[in-house]
Amino acid sequence: MTENGRITMINGPVIRGRGMSGFKMREMVMVGNKRLIGEVIILEEDTGIIQVYEETEGLKIGEEIVSTGKPLSVKLGPGMIGNIFDGIQRPLLKIDEVNKDFIPEGIGMISLDEEKLWDVELTVKQGDKLKEGEAFGYVDESGLIRHKLLVPPEKSGIVLEIKDSGKYSMEDVLVVLDQDGVRQELKMYHEWPVRVSRPVKVRKEIQELLTTGQRVLDMFFPLAKGGTCAIPGGFGTGKTMTQHQLAKWSDADIIIYIGCGERGNEMTEVLEDFPKLIDPKSNRPLMERTVLIANTSNMPVAAREASIYTGITMAEYYRDMGYDVAIMADSTSRWAEALREISGRLEEMPAEEGYPAYLSSRIAEFYERAGYVETLGKSEGSVTIIGAVSPAGGDFSEPVTENTKRYVNVFLGLDKELAYARHYPAINWLDSYSGYIKVLESWYEENLSDGAIPLRNKMLELLFRENKLQEIVMLVGEDVLPDDQRIILEISKIIKAGFLQQNAFNKEDTFVPIKKQYRMLQIIDYLYERCKESVALNIPISMVKNQDLFDELIKMKYTVPNSDLSKIDEIQTMIDDYYNELNGKYTN
Amino acid sequence: MIKEYLKIDKVVGPLVEVSNVEDVAYGEVVDIKSRNGEIKKGKVIRLDEDKATIQVFENTSGLSTDNSSIKFRDEAFELPLSKEILGRVFDGLGRPADLGGEIFSRRKYNINGRAINPVAREYPRDFIQTGISSIDALMTLIRGQKLPIFSGNGMPHNELAAQIVRQAKLGEDSDEEFAVIFAAIGVKHDDADFFRKSFIEANAMDRVVMFINYADDPVAERINTPRCALTAAEYLAFEEGMQILVVMSDITSYCEALREVSSAREEVPSRKGFPGYLYSDLASLYERAGMLKDKPGSITFLPILTMPNDDITHPIPDLTGFITEGQIVLGRDLFQNNVYPPVDILPSLSRLMKDGIGEGYTRADHPDLANQLFASYSKVQEVRALSQIIGEDDLTENDKKYMEFGRKFEDLFIAQGFEENRNINETLDLGWEILKVLPANELTRLSPELIEKYYNN
Repeated sequence: MTENGRITMINGPVIRGRGMSGFKMREMVMVGNKRLIGEVIILEEDTGIIQVYEETEGLKIGEEIVSTGKPLSVKLGPGMIGNIFDGIQRPLLKIDEVNKDFIPEGIGMISLDEEKLWDVELTVKQGDKLKEGEAFGYVDESGLIRHKLLVPPEKSGIVLEIKDSGKYSMEDVLVVLDQDGVRQELKMYHEWPVRVSRPVKVRKEIQELLTTGQRVLDMFFPLAKGGTCAIPGGFGTGKTMTQHQLAKWSDADIIIYIGCGERGNEMTEVLEDFPKLIDPKSNRPLMERTVLIANTSNMPVAAREASIYTGITMAEYYRDMGYDVAIMADSTSRWAEALREISGRLEEMPAEEGYPAYLSSRIAEFYERAGYVETLGKSEGSVTIIGAVSPAGGDFSEPVTENTKRYVNVFLGLDKELAYARHYPAINWLDSYSGYIKVLESWYEENLSDGAIPLRNKMLELLFRENKLQEIVMLVGEDVLPDDQRIILEISKIIKAGFLQQNAFNKEDTFVPIKKQYRMLQIIDYLYERCKESVALNIPISMVKNQDLFDELIKMKYTVPNSDLSKIDEIQTMIDDYYNELNGKYTN
Repeated sequence: MIKEYLKIDKVVGPLVEVSNVEDVAYGEVVDIKSRNGEIKKGKVIRLDEDKATIQVFENTSGLSTDNSSIKFRDEAFELPLSKEILGRVFDGLGRPADLGGEIFSRRKYNINGRAINPVAREYPRDFIQTGISSIDALMTLIRGQKLPIFSGNGMPHNELAAQIVRQAKLGEDSDEEFAVIFAAIGVKHDDADFFRKSFIEANAMDRVVMFINYADDPVAERINTPRCALTAAEYLAFEEGMQILVVMSDITSYCEALREVSSAREEVPSRKGFPGYLYSDLASLYERAGMLKDKPGSITFLPILTMPNDDITHPIPDLTGFITEGQIVLGRDLFQNNVYPPVDILPSLSRLMKDGIGEGYTRADHPDLANQLFASYSKVQEVRALSQIIGEDDLTENDKKYMEFGRKFEDLFIAQGFEENRNINETLDLGWEILKVLPANELTRLSPELIEKYYNN
């Protein structure tokens, strides 16, 4: 029996109600005559504070608050892949059918399609013993994803009844378990509260690279499956572009893309692009492995706060099937601002820049839901979190960036100056870091080469030295530097223009296999060593720096096809020919 | 049923508190009649038990706690709209401010609008030619885009906006209906007059709708001015199928009004005293631009904001840049060197440009040329910094060429007359002409084929 409360205060998305003694903290409620969806965030005796996920205009004092008895949850089942939801898992396409073009209030809590019939294959038989997290069947959700039907956490038992494989819809009971005398009905989906992380058997050590096809990441600042990464940058530095590139090309099985308080057109772009893009491994459209969550900046602020949790819960669910899931949150700053806005309306004591004091712990809770795990069903899966941060004024010392930095292992600082010079991705190699170099060392050795990490370190060091030298150049000009230092400047130019810069709009360059990345870096290093040799012979820099050769290296990202690296060997021969002849002239 | 209350508890700045109210809705419109019979409009912004806090859109001076009458209108803030609004002038609250009389319409529209469903949006791709080289080539305006002009006090942002309005073309022989909505938010009388005059000169008054809130009009009224204008824009675009360009000046005044009301409400401030919801609030304006899949119309949005102290990291330009699809930044240095329009191209950006230029849209060489111009001009800045230390004479030959490129680029490409209208081909050809100052091996962003085709000829 649920009780009803009454509204006593309305202040934007925050309302207060009385007569709520039977309500539970974090419970989902229906507010007012329009049945707006809200969540209880504070309870004190019979008074409760509710954040409302829809526009509150038109609400009146005294209208009803109805309890639903359950916390804010998502339905986890087939129908998420390829779909687009708002911050509380309501399908936007369906909403558009109900109300054309604009999002109305009071549409209620709809989520997965309940009518659709799925081809269900059941893989257990009567009398089987099933434990929590184990699969009892599957549905091919898209051409890429086999959706395993899992026994929800905390349920287990012996199969009493089971349907034949065939076409079923969401609400059909497929399996009945006997859990110590209690009948447990299993459907294609189960519900899970978004603010609670799903249980796992054990968290495992991170050991695998998440390849992205982006040179600056894979070779310099690698991401790891199950890892965490933050991408901060002022506006116009290319956060969203970088996120899109990662969503397109990283080798996770499933991508969950959360547009949290960002532009509507960006979601439209993803919706238009992804079905057309083909996954290089499977030759299927990328949309078949993508879930989109869109709570754009003009949609209600409280649902923006929830969207991050909705996304991570879906990610954990797919992880439990044994998939590697990557979640892109663009942008976590908007989520933090939503927290601040709600906190302000609650008149809580603010900490830094008006953010609530619990900002840091909320950020930590979120990023800690990433990980490489052994699931309850005893398979391995991972959730990787890649969060964009939009620091106010592009200043990385603001609270959201600072707090995020404490809980992530990869930090990709986007730089305004680089973006102004149209150096994309504008990831600053001086500020950025990856904490996974050590743990991934053996991965690189096994899958690429023993030399990969040392080469990376050497090239990065070269860039650091170049930065120091540039300070001198700014004061006295380049001509006065000794030749061995000038060669560092020249080689750095190649690294920057030929390697770090990557053209997302070029077919060959938008995704580069890691083998080619490594060969490219190797050949740059080779040229550097040959140049050093010649400089040591006192050959003038004007001769050592052969423009055609240098141009060849800068352009190799376009001229060497991803599928045929022999072209790089040809470049190496060209380098040898030139410097052998040059050195020959000067030693005689 | 409309109820009337006769006692005001408290008046603080633009806020009024009334108690013992019943059956009042959040966001409801209120008429407050002062002692001398003047009616002021307001809106319920907080309800607590039987107390309502009302934000008054007009000056609250002259209100007294007794002898005022407060009527709750039982409706949200709505605007009557029809095609008759074309050519009309309204005040900041959408009331006729010319001699044309009331607008009659069967339907009224809530000025807060509703969020566009992202799945219903059409991704904007159609190039709008503004006839201004720097914009067309380097930060191309796309139909349905929101592209603000970041300016500073005293800089010619109004002239630039007027020039865009005058010259904007949706493409050759387009027969679509086109209209301009101009919202003045806390602008000086002469600025508003400047726009009015330039619309008249362009013979465009009959397809312009103006919403004007002058600098000396009530501050709280300003919060509704952009909403009225955008509601009119949505009506014309999505119900009448017109192509709408919304020009709004000055967003900074709008944000300051928001701050004033917020501080009167004693809300917890965030950066520079602006309320924590400034981002969401600005988004609720900017995100109303765009196109819909099933409707022919479009809203292109050109808000103008003056950056306090020319500081691009100030919360207003900062939050705006995070929501809008790029920005056109005016630079003080160029302005002082008499370059008009003083578009500082390096921090400027159009996010939608990548999908609306190139083959089939403008010209095949456009993307790479733009990229090269950006890269080369960015190098010019480095060379200039160096030349200030060691003097121009001591620069290398290569660097001297960059100095010359920089000068030519600013004087010939960025600078153009207030009346000068360059089409996209002229603009791109001019770009190539200026690039010829630099040696070919400096042009790393261009393919050999492009260099052969345009540079060597």
